[in-house]
Amino acid sequence: MRISDFDLYQALLKEKSGLTLTPDKSYLLDSRLTPVARKHGFATLESMSTALRGIPKPELVKDIIEAMTTNETSFFRDMKPFEQFREITLPHLLKARSSLKRVRIWCAASSTGQEPYSLAMLLKEEGAKLAGWNFEIVATDISTEVLETAKKGEYSQFEVQRGLPIQMLMKYFEQKGDRWALKNEIKSMVTYKYFNLLDPMAPLGRFDVIFCRNVLIYFDREMKKKIMENMTTLMPDDGFLFLGGAETVLGITDAFKLMENTRGVYIKPACTTIAPVQVKTA
Amino acid sequence: MPSCLVVDDSRVVRKVARRIVEDLGFACEEAEDGQKAYEYCAKTMPDAILLDWNMPVMSGIEFLEKLRQMPNGNGPKVIFCTTENDLAHIQRAMNAGANEYIMKPFDSEIIESKFSQIGLL
Ligand SMILES: C[S@@+](CC[C@H](N)C(=O)[O-])C[C@H]1O[C@@H](n2cnc3c(N)ncnc32)[C@H](O)[C@@H]1O
Repeated sequence: MRISDFDLYQALLKEKSGLTLTPDKSYLLDSRLTPVARKHGFATLESMSTALRGIPKPELVKDIIEAMTTNETSFFRDMKPFEQFREITLPHLLKARSSLKRVRIWCAASSTGQEPYSLAMLLKEEGAKLAGWNFEIVATDISTEVLETAKKGEYSQFEVQRGLPIQMLMKYFEQKGDRWALKNEIKSMVTYKYFNLLDPMAPLGRFDVIFCRNVLIYFDREMKKKIMENMTTLMPDDGFLFLGGAETVLGITDAFKLMENTRGVYIKPACTTIAPVQVKTA
Repeated sequence: MPSCLVVDDSRVVRKVARRIVEDLGFACEEAEDGQKAYEYCAKTMPDAILLDWNMPVMSGIEFLEKLRQMPNGNGPKVIFCTTENDLAHIQRAMNAGANEYIMKPFDSEIIESKFSQIGLL
């Protein structure tokens, strides 16, 4: 690919999705974009690039973004965030929201659904403790392709063995040939929507908890800052933000601070109502 | 160093599994059927057992049932690792006292994920 074409895709991706394309990823362009060019009837990548310099069709731009996203995910990814959700976030919310009994959770880059479904199974496991409560999980992504997969809720044997305890596979999945399909009782707990993190967030409503994991790493500092600062406006003072293992607010924004003695759990600096986490001593 | 016994009648599978569990920090021993595994456990109980289902002489499930009857036989964490990939088999293994279940083919990521879920890592 020509350097000038690389610059073209870099600028397009940044503007439309926030994704930062670094030169070391340029090798990905050819392999990922050739099928897109073919689908849209271009004989070569060069002719697609030329078309993009004019006024490109939104469909083409959408397919290019989709092709360049990384959708890697797994059930209960990294485990720790989910344990902390169960041990820190849930007890707090069960106390603090006991009159309304309503909690809204947002998975802000849900990919093929493993993250929101992990939360749904985790909530289901709480059983009677949550009777009478209304937990809403909204899961969004910029890629309509992964959203379709997520809605379907069917996974390969390989996917259900990464992170998912066997007891949960037995309880919440049905075998369908060589695939595993989530039961409706879990699927129905999650609502999927297309959403671009660069878009205004207010229409999504308020959220007590936001999982925004392993997506900000692909954005530059300014974008990260903007997105996290937009997120604070959706959250009450005692809201929780979960970031991925390689993500932080340090040096990016003061809108959140790391909760002491946790990994990847962020709260608003002014919040005084969430009980601090004590380090467990053996 | 924690120990792991790999029980499988395929030498190739044992070799692959050995490499993975050693990378995870386990000292690895091998057995080629349930009977050999049983004899090994009568001498030394490992911390973890990676267990195939279909093997000559004594099957994995038979071995597991016997293991759990032995003194200290509840000690080892047992992870089935088999091509049997239907719910009925999984259910039976769990009822017999397995701690986790891997459906072949497996890779290092799956083994690591299962080991850490049951507190071996
Ligand atoms: C690596 S996956 C993370 C999945 C999951 N959160 C996890 O941690 O396993 C990143 C996801 O972010 C999505 N994504 C990338 N840019 C986005 C944007 N501007 N708005 C919304 N989603 C975006 C991608 O489509 C992809 O599915």
